[in-house]
Amino acid sequence: MGWHVSVYVTLKPSVMDPQGATVQRALNQMGYKAVTGVRMGKFTELEFDGALSEAEVKKQADEICDKLLANPNIESYRFSVERK
Amino acid sequence: MRFSVTVFPGSNCDHDCEYVVRNVMGQPVEMVWHKETDLRNPDCVVVPGGFSYGDYLRTGAIARFSPVMKSVADFAAKGGLVIGICNGFQILCEAGLLPGALLRNKNLKFICQNVYIRVEETNTPFTNACQKGQVLKIPIAHGEGNYFIDPAGLQKLKDSRQIVVRYCDPKGQLTAEANPNGSMDSIAGICNEKRNVFGLMPHPDRSGEDILGSHDGQFIWKSILNSLAGVGK
Repeated sequence: MGWHVSVYVTLKPSVMDPQGATVQRALNQMGYKAVTGVRMGKFTELEFDGALSEAEVKKQADEICDKLLANPNIESYRFSVERK
Repeated sequence: MRFSVTVFPGSNCDHDCEYVVRNVMGQPVEMVWHKETDLRNPDCVVVPGGFSYGDYLRTGAIARFSPVMKSVADFAAKGGLVIGICNGFQILCEAGLLPGALLRNKNLKFICQNVYIRVEETNTPFTNACQKGQVLKIPIAHGEGNYFIDPAGLQKLKDSRQIVVRYCDPKGQLTAEANPNGSMDSIAGICNEKRNVFGLMPHPDRSGEDILGSHDGQFIWKSILNSLAGVGK
């Protein structure tokens, strides 16, 4: 049994997202007029050694997000941890 | 004056930088592979353009952890001159040597064309050979050159006079049309507070001779040589 960490990285609300705006326009043109906003982000799955404690996995995942997976200037992140 | 050009997997302007420094400006150049930590005693480090690590994750995000970047950061901390061009600018931002970040171009397109930039600050080691307000014709070639910084950071850039070059029209006017990628405040290049680290999206390495369409890039290289020779303003 290892640990499975799902990481979601999204642009901060203050950061313009031209890709999301383009997808929204496409959706609206397809007839999904009720879609009033699209923000694109990144999804990453991390697998950890099961010998680690949940607290240690969370600590390392937090560091990984801060150092590499997200750029704190423009992005925020959240993650969930589960046994797999 | 000794220059060192860092080379990452995916760098593709490293030889343009080498050529302009050696053949146009007549200075010795060392090429330093990203796994090396010895910069070979340069006076100036050039972080070149390209697609380091295939632009995976975010442009420059992985290159900043290459061993050579620790040496570049130490060199900059001691006051050494560092210029980052295009992907080099992105790497310097990711490494925290320059503030802000480069986002996808507003129109989502990769843009490869000549642009005009206005020199806003001549009190830097990279622009001392220019006149304030001088317009330079220099090409860009990028998909992620849309400079972003939070409002507090932008104010700090202005207060410390760190905005070195801005996109403009041929007459030097700042217009929305002349800003090719949607950069905040038309920012094309900035320096750090100590003014020894400079990053810009346009390519002075690709505009060193008339045969390339412009020799205006020479103003940047000449400024660096001035500064190293103690001639700077």
